[in-house]
Amino acid sequence: MSLKLSGLEPLIVTPQSNFVNVGERTNVTGSKAFLRMIKEGDFEAALAVARDQVEGGAQIIDVNMDEGMIDGKEAMVKFLNLIASEPDISRVPIMIDSSKWEIIEAGLKCIQGKGVVNSISLKEGEANFIYQAKTIKRYGAAVIVMAFDENGQADSYERRIEICKRSYDILVDVIGFPKEDIIFDPNIFPVATGMEEHNNNALDFFRATKWIRENLPGAHVSGGVSNVSFSFRGNNKMREAMHASFLYYAVSNGMDMGIVNPTMLEVYTDIDKELLEFVEDVLLNRRPDATERLLEYAETVKGDGKKREIDLSWRNVSVQERLSHALVKGLVEFIDEDVEECRKLYKRPIEVIEGPLMDGMNIVGDLFGSGKMFLPQVVKSARVMKKAVAYLLPFIEKEKDGVSSYAGRILMATVKGDVHDIGKNIVGVVLGCNNYEVIDMGVMVPAEKIIQKAIEDNVDVIGLSGLITPSLDEMVHLAKEMERANLSIPLLIGGATTSKVHTAVKIDQYYTKGQTVHVLDASRSVTVVESLLGQKKDNFIKELKAEYIRVREHHEKHRGAKELLKLAVAQANKLKIDFKVSDITKPSFLGHQLITNIPLFEIVPFIDWTPFFQTWELHGRYPNILTDEVVGEEATKLFADAQEMLQNIVNENWLEARAVVGLFPANSVGDDIEIYANESRNEVIHKQITLRQQTKKVAGQPNLALSDFIAPKESGIEDYIGGFVVTTGIGLDEHVQRFEADHDDYNSILIKALADRLAEALAEFMHQEVRRKHWGYASDEVLSNEELIKETYRGIRPAPGYPACPDHLEKIGLFEILNATELTGVSLTESLAMLPASSVSGWYFANPDAKYFGLGKITTEQVESVALRKEKSFNEIARWYNSVLDN
Amino acid sequence: MKTLLEKAIEERILILDGAMGTMIQRHKLEEEDFRKGAFENHDKSLKGNNDLLSITRPEIIKDIHRQYFQAGADIVETNTFSGTWIAQADYGLEEAVYQINYESAKIAKEVANEFTDKPRFVAGSIGPTNRTASISPDVNDPGYRAITFDELVGAYKDQVNALMDGGVDVLLVETIFDTLNAKAALFAIDQVFEDRNEKIPIMVSGTITDQSGRTLTGQTTEAFLISLSHMPLLTIGLNCALGASLMRPYLQILNEKSPFGVSAHPNAGLPNEFGKYDESPEMMASQIKEFLDEGLVNIIGGCCGTTPDHIKAIAELAKNYKPRKITDN
Repeated sequence: MSLKLSGLEPLIVTPQSNFVNVGERTNVTGSKAFLRMIKEGDFEAALAVARDQVEGGAQIIDVNMDEGMIDGKEAMVKFLNLIASEPDISRVPIMIDSSKWEIIEAGLKCIQGKGVVNSISLKEGEANFIYQAKTIKRYGAAVIVMAFDENGQADSYERRIEICKRSYDILVDVIGFPKEDIIFDPNIFPVATGMEEHNNNALDFFRATKWIRENLPGAHVSGGVSNVSFSFRGNNKMREAMHASFLYYAVSNGMDMGIVNPTMLEVYTDIDKELLEFVEDVLLNRRPDATERLLEYAETVKGDGKKREIDLSWRNVSVQERLSHALVKGLVEFIDEDVEECRKLYKRPIEVIEGPLMDGMNIVGDLFGSGKMFLPQVVKSARVMKKAVAYLLPFIEKEKDGVSSYAGRILMATVKGDVHDIGKNIVGVVLGCNNYEVIDMGVMVPAEKIIQKAIEDNVDVIGLSGLITPSLDEMVHLAKEMERANLSIPLLIGGATTSKVHTAVKIDQYYTKGQTVHVLDASRSVTVVESLLGQKKDNFIKELKAEYIRVREHHEKHRGAKELLKLAVAQANKLKIDFKVSDITKPSFLGHQLITNIPLFEIVPFIDWTPFFQTWELHGRYPNILTDEVVGEEATKLFADAQEMLQNIVNENWLEARAVVGLFPANSVGDDIEIYANESRNEVIHKQITLRQQTKKVAGQPNLALSDFIAPKESGIEDYIGGFVVTTGIGLDEHVQRFEADHDDYNSILIKALADRLAEALAEFMHQEVRRKHWGYASDEVLSNEELIKETYRGIRPAPGYPACPDHLEKIGLFEILNATELTGVSLTESLAMLPASSVSGWYFANPDAKYFGLGKITTEQVESVALRKEKSFNEIARWYNSVLDN
Repeated sequence: MKTLLEKAIEERILILDGAMGTMIQRHKLEEEDFRKGAFENHDKSLKGNNDLLSITRPEIIKDIHRQYFQAGADIVETNTFSGTWIAQADYGLEEAVYQINYESAKIAKEVANEFTDKPRFVAGSIGPTNRTASISPDVNDPGYRAITFDELVGAYKDQVNALMDGGVDVLLVETIFDTLNAKAALFAIDQVFEDRNEKIPIMVSGTITDQSGRTLTGQTTEAFLISLSHMPLLTIGLNCALGASLMRPYLQILNEKSPFGVSAHPNAGLPNEFGKYDESPEMMASQIKEFLDEGLVNIIGGCCGTTPDHIKAIAELAKNYKPRKITDN
């Protein structure tokens, strides 16, 4: 039989399970910060600690309120009740940790799942033990039994097994306690205390653990690991090594559960071999002088341990090697002093850049090129390089020789109307790392400015970036302008909506004097630029031209291969929902509402991390990516940095979350949705034009338009629609500027990527609020974050500009009826990108049949119809539909 | 020693009865029906407090039990879904709890004894109460609780004692939407068993609210099972909220993981726009056939909207099948 526990979800511990990690920070005796929160009644912060633990991988959370200054029983009940309303936390089982029976029993009355009591023992005699165990069984919990009896705590191997055996027999034979629900804590005591009687403390624990697992069937073994290193308080490096080594032996002897602080744990195989030997001599009591030797050794490794990773042995090599080390490892701490030292060794400051710094960056480039380093590391390396160069710059300018030693000069810009620059910045960094001089013109740069600057600065390559579909047209425009200006500078095209096909079909042919190249991601940018500027340039361009011709021909051949239906035919095949009054919930309010003061910590759990890693070109799904064989290590480091910054963002309110949500009476009229001012449904405040799929469908599949999800006006059924604009970009600029002033691209990109994730999370959070409260059609919905990401809830929130409604023009009306710009500060650029970039807007559809779909290609006929319905001329609006028009 | 019921469940699929409320509605009862002879001068309106009918109109309740037994039910449930002081507090009838449970058990047992062809059983129905131990009724104060675990234990003890005094064969803790309430019920039952030095089988039945596959308080089916496995149960199962076909995936989980018998008493489909259940006996039976083909259940019956006709259709079908094998997983 396995030990089966539950919160909202099951936790099953089988003999094959890995070590079960119990979260320990919601413990007033172990965490000063947590104690302060409880004392001050700041239960929200206390809940955040619990949530953090669960998100950090704790499979059970231990809750302890044993503190003389607080009413432990009251605090336990209140905290557990609050946890019950937080599905992110209560999904895991609870461990009720107290030395006071009344607190334990009060806790047991609050948990609906099967938890664990920590702990009971024979300390106060058999009668008491039997009473408590029987009561725990009646509450349906597992139990931790301390190796403790009437004579005190077991401190030898013999006492441990004697007490555990006696406890086990009483539990099983007298009470009928399920064997698999018994967990022993055979006491982890400190070693290396200097007292001889403590020398066997760890060894006795290991032996007792093994004995229990072999002789007491079903029973499990747990313990609080940090006790073992108690003599080394303040020396985290020592403690981490001891914990890792202790755990290694304890687990191999059968300990299958325990309280371990993951931030105070070294990876066993990463422990310095010498240190490991000293530690194990002590744990296993292998030699009489083991403690003395370990104490001596400890003096030499006094460090802050894992958190700051200060292994300074690399400081002992030559300054050139130190620079190279700092670049590869991304360490900025000593960069100024090392560069200064180096500067004195060379005749001219520029030689420091050309020599050791470039050497280091070449190593970085090689490692990156061969897949041994990943983007986040490269960006950290670039930060070191930038700082070094910044330090040298004043000296170089004094010399005023101005001779460039760069391999080339690249101009980068996000095109007019677009504000997205994370990708562009990453490419800039990667090129910078490879000895290219990067001139970054920022975002929303008009074509004429780009051309002017390119001529002025005599650049070798121009790189364009954009995320939204209208930017594609702006890129075409720029290519045409470059042609007109008689330029032949190579043009790089990059960004999420760009593609090789688009570049080949729409851009390349308009720029005949120079070469256009689509660059798929940052890691390819270096090869492309090298090829364009290198000796084999002609060959490269020839091949590229041939390839683009092939792409064009292929495209031409397959164009129209998919049969598109006449609009009227597609409309006749609309989705016919059987609208019922009973399916429609009237929203709790109509009109729009601004929602501010949304605490960031509330939206953090809604973050979908997978796209965050994609931004950094680390591919894989979160959380599996953290343990991925190839990128796992870097993903974990990046994630740790992200978590740290997220903490700062949340705790110090670096960003502000704002949302405006509107809920309106609405009915569909053909493919349009009429949105009304009020329930009288007389005044149309916005007519939303929706686009209909025109691809020929298999029998039974409808040609969808969003209007299908809203009850038709003629049905007489009163339906509703919602709209929203949310942003977490307020305040972002200030921090980006701060990082950029410090030449810290890494953190600048990191905070932007996080702000984008937070905006998406806020949209998800608001959607839930709307479903549960504001609209209220799913007031009893309970979903995990994973389910949210998988969108298993009812209703959709399509965003203008994305597959279901690629029509960016619809943002204008949406923003108007929500008064969004005034209320949230989010504005629309001329290409209808949202500014700040970390913003999300969209519509809410509540119908149970509403689902996301991709529009696919549409015909000119539909665009003509849209022009008519929007009361605009075809020419005025046609360009907005370029990306979906079948041409 | 095994009870008759514990033996019967090993031999065949047992049939539980259908809805009580649906059958009572057919009688179009008025306020005076709920008062007659017992609560004539009570100061609150009692109409709708169906449990009282066991005292005031016992012939109606007995007739409903009889119809279900005639349709082929092996087990009928006492008319005590709201038989705790917590539920009765809405009517100011906390004092009537003993009488409700005792009389309901007694009359059900009387009807069961009218049948001699095969053993017929009475299950003491223990409802969820209208207050929950895991959820705050006040959204602004999520730490608040309208009822404590101890109060629930007290209320359930009173109900269980009265049901056992009235002679029920099995206790059925049903329509569990908050597992903590059910844990309180089991806690009470365990105490009563100890006090009386007498045990009878226990059935528990949870409610998966929708296709999220979770209880109202957020537990998955498996977590629900684990949370209530500390007592030896005759069956663990699901009832209410869903019709048979929507319930199937969650029964499959119980079938796979439960060391106890598995029961199901689904609704007659989902309510239509008027709040009525309109799945016909044939429609429901055809869905239940799938459970039986897969061997998912040991006890099968009906919840909201089901009638003797539904139970008859189900019983006819089930007699052709072997019961699910109960193995200690």
